[in-house]
Amino acid sequence: MSTQIKERDTETESESSEESEHQTRRLSEKRERADMKERADNDLSEHDETVRLKVFRYDPEVEGKKDPRFDTFEVPFTKGMTVLDALIYARDHFDSSLTFRHSCRQAVCGSDALFVNGRQRLGCKTQMVDLEWPVRIEPLPHADVVKDLIVDMEHFYDQMESVEPYFQTNELPSGEEQRQSRENREKVKMSTRCIWCSACMSSCNVAAGDNEYLGPAAINKAYRFAMDEREGEDMKAHRLNIIEQEHGVWRCQTQFSCTEVCPKDIPLTEHIQELKREAVKSNLKFW
Amino acid sequence: MSQSYDRGLIEDFGRWKEFSAGMWAWIFHKFTGWVLIGYLFTHVAVLSSATVSGEVYTQTLQSLESLLVVRVLEVGLLAVAAFHILNGIRLLFVDLGIGLEAQDKAFYAAMVATGVITIASIPTFLGGI
Repeated sequence: MSTQIKERDTETESESSEESEHQTRRLSEKRERADMKERADNDLSEHDETVRLKVFRYDPEVEGKKDPRFDTFEVPFTKGMTVLDALIYARDHFDSSLTFRHSCRQAVCGSDALFVNGRQRLGCKTQMVDLEWPVRIEPLPHADVVKDLIVDMEHFYDQMESVEPYFQTNELPSGEEQRQSRENREKVKMSTRCIWCSACMSSCNVAAGDNEYLGPAAINKAYRFAMDEREGEDMKAHRLNIIEQEHGVWRCQTQFSCTEVCPKDIPLTEHIQELKREAVKSNLKFW
Repeated sequence: MSQSYDRGLIEDFGRWKEFSAGMWAWIFHKFTGWVLIGYLFTHVAVLSSATVSGEVYTQTLQSLESLLVVRVLEVGLLAVAAFHILNGIRLLFVDLGIGLEAQDKAFYAAMVATGVITIASIPTFLGGI
């Protein structure tokens, strides 16, 4: 089922008669794997429905896995199963080398953005029943693959950092809290929901071609603070200055790909368009 | 660091079946834009025959219109122009931030309207002078 390379039988080679610590560990791991396999076989025979996963595999560090390929896993379907659940099952029962990021499993941490059936989705938020089977799972496009389903997020984080994604102001109220009006909070509400999963960046055609483009997530972050009235006029001018650069908002060609894939339903294109208008307004002079 | 590998067209045009409405609108808008620019050059070329004399211009047009290919191309030109105009209006609204949640429907509407206009124009264009 998996193309995992068979472990060489090192037990016979080791000459020491007394069982070393490693030997014990190895044997117990082997037993564990056998148990897993047995449990999986039981599960598969008990469940009448199974999902077939086609998972992208790639590992540059292991000879024989350097060529990207697809592995097929047959996973017993359970009610309410998500793509992440299926991946976890496959990893725990069939191939422990299957690598993917996940953490909170409730669409908050933003670790498991994957390319599922040709679309950027959060693994933990995508129900198996909503997909066409067999399910094809790949790492996010337009990013370097480190291993299996893991992509290098460094560039994405760099773009996020470049818009200064933190509250800053030179207009501090004296001795008071920095209160935000309800209306203003409502305005930035959706933009605060970003979980940095980079699904939008991966889906963006422009970001794919222009590596310096800030990308939807970073611009949305800039929107969140530029629209925050508490930061004051100076800071807003500073923020608009960042986003109206050559590789800022004006690269957006309104394909709406980011808005379509955003797992938190942030109206990204709308925010980018609004910042474009803000940038024009701040630069318009009638004299 | 990580070794990249070439996933090739699989991420881009190889995925054309999975493109969303906004993506198609963008591709068609680019395509029709380039076609219209190309047409402008031929348009200028044909018009410039009028600088020789009125008869030459009439003759040029008549000989062009007598060709079936030209008349078929004219239908295509109308389709391209109609889509570019309609989608241009859609983009105008997108830029103004109006009705962004209906942008995909606007694209489909533009496609349907383009289709209707094109089909309705066929008798006129193919009928000749």
